[in-house]
Amino acid sequence: MTVMTDTALQAAPATKARGYWATVGRRIVRDKVSMACAFILLLIFLAAIFAPYLHLADPYQGSMIRRLRAIGTPNYPLGTDELGRDMLARLIYGGRLSLLIGILPVILAFIIGTGLGVVAGYVGGKLNTAIMRTVDVFYAFPSVLLAIAISGALGAGIVNSIVSLTIVFVPQITRVAESVTTGVRNMDYVEAARASGANAFTIMRVHMLGNVLGSIFVYATGLISVSMILAAGLSFLGLGTKPPEPEWGLMLNTLRTAIYVNPWVAALPGVMIFAVSICFNLLSDGMRSAMDIRN
Amino acid sequence: MNDILEPIDKLEPLKDIGGVAQPLLQVVSLTKHFPVRGGLFAPSKTVRAVDDVSFAISKGETVGIVGESGCGKSTTARLLMHLMPRNSGDIIYDGRTVGRELSLRELRRGMQMVFQDSYASLNPRLTIEESIAFGPKVHGMADKAARLLARELLGKVGLRPETFANRYPHEVSGGQRQRVNIARALALSPRLVILDEAVSALDKSVEAQVLNLLVDLKREFGLTYLFISHDLNVVRYISDRVLVMYLGEVVELGPVDEVWDGPAHPYTRALLAAMPSSDPDNRTETPPITGDPPNPIDPPSGCRFHTRCPFAEAMCGEATPKLTEITVTGHQAACYMAIPGSGHSKAPAAGVQ
Repeated sequence: MTVMTDTALQAAPATKARGYWATVGRRIVRDKVSMACAFILLLIFLAAIFAPYLHLADPYQGSMIRRLRAIGTPNYPLGTDELGRDMLARLIYGGRLSLLIGILPVILAFIIGTGLGVVAGYVGGKLNTAIMRTVDVFYAFPSVLLAIAISGALGAGIVNSIVSLTIVFVPQITRVAESVTTGVRNMDYVEAARASGANAFTIMRVHMLGNVLGSIFVYATGLISVSMILAAGLSFLGLGTKPPEPEWGLMLNTLRTAIYVNPWVAALPGVMIFAVSICFNLLSDGMRSAMDIRN
Repeated sequence: MNDILEPIDKLEPLKDIGGVAQPLLQVVSLTKHFPVRGGLFAPSKTVRAVDDVSFAISKGETVGIVGESGCGKSTTARLLMHLMPRNSGDIIYDGRTVGRELSLRELRRGMQMVFQDSYASLNPRLTIEESIAFGPKVHGMADKAARLLARELLGKVGLRPETFANRYPHEVSGGQRQRVNIARALALSPRLVILDEAVSALDKSVEAQVLNLLVDLKREFGLTYLFISHDLNVVRYISDRVLVMYLGEVVELGPVDEVWDGPAHPYTRALLAAMPSSDPDNRTETPPITGDPPNPIDPPSGCRFHTRCPFAEAMCGEATPKLTEITVTGHQAACYMAIPGSGHSKAPAAGVQ
């Protein structure tokens, strides 16, 4: 026995163990749909970030003569809006704000909600009841209504709409985080870790976070699409960004008057919102299946 | 023997204090009641999962616990491991009472557990080596030394370290996973290992291999086992003494052969009679006892078995029979029929024995 063990020990493994995330990464790269979505999102993000360097027309410069040109007009590949501003430039510049108020609330809510949910799930008992029942109060409202109510109370503006959307998403992420944490906490391997004498912090770090964060992250990615739509909705209602700022939701609102004159141009901001949200949705689905490593 | 460059560190097992005569583990009046919340207007009730259970485990022996599901076997294991708080009772490890003379941290070095579900008891995100090395690291071993120890232990449980160390739990079979769990339990150099249905989920051939492994490891490391199972054949094979539980109470306790050959409690008799025989001429035609165990929320008065016992008399429903020694070899039973002079019509006369 000992001899065998010793030789076995000397033969150090030639193949280094692939880490969990490396395996997940490899699986997601093989998924064509996820990769296509990631590519589209990357294009939109890069365009939004590098908008000033793309030699676009001025997104604020309107003209009464060239209002509502159709898609494909020379110099205006995507036409012009109701004030004669270049749609291509406005869509790309609009992406900067739309993506910011679509994604930032989810990131903030992910941080806050995960913290609350993991603590509630791990500690349990009275603290769990206190956190979860408070969260339920917010959860009881439909998210659109809650976002409008908070935004309305805080007043219009980009910061306020980010705050209100964060408040909308915190309860949802908290609930998911709490239920995932409760599930993991009752697993035998957490019991075994406790039986080995590890303290709560070590168990959390080694055995729980890795198993909890993945699911919450996937859920949060799915929320980005909701957030984009809600943010657009707030702008549409005049509670988010204010004109003449280019923002997809606001553009959708102002172009709505042109829907009979030039429906294709009027639909463009909606197409952008749709494309980004569906890409985030499909990407989160892809991540979910890539992380379910057992298959 | 160990001719590799770096000697393998091990955690030192807890010192033997009382010598062979002192039991490794003494359990005194262990009790666990779970509160069951009633409805809004219903009074809250308690499930008496483990009720006044006392027993001792000698150094180097294997004690089996058997009983129907829901009788408190696993709760007892978790109470011993301090994975849940107990209502009352003392746990004394090698003469030192846990919580007073012995810290919980030390106890965990001295007592480890193997769980039934081999998959759920390994973290899916950690490699097998990391899972085994976790415990020693918690107790202050350096990462590298702990990993070497993990590989050494993998060899001890019959898994080639170079093949298995870097695998994830989902990449190995159930039997192999249970070997990993055993290695993980051994990593802290415990003297007592609680095996909670550790082989129950394995198929028969793998179960036999793991049982033999357990026997080998016991000899090699000088272990003491508390072996919990519902499989009577397995318990008989591996145990020196057996403890029969019914509805949270110990009803019979004794050397395994004595209990098998002369069960003193009617419940034990029924349990043994319920074992299927492989001989077609010896089939079980009538069920030895009928009905389900009574609800532990509201256990029957007196002897908890009297509602299903074919020999129950009036006195059985009145007072609980105490666990009483019936032979000099330590065979004990909690049944009036086994207690001389108890007043039960089938009890031996007082003084005869």
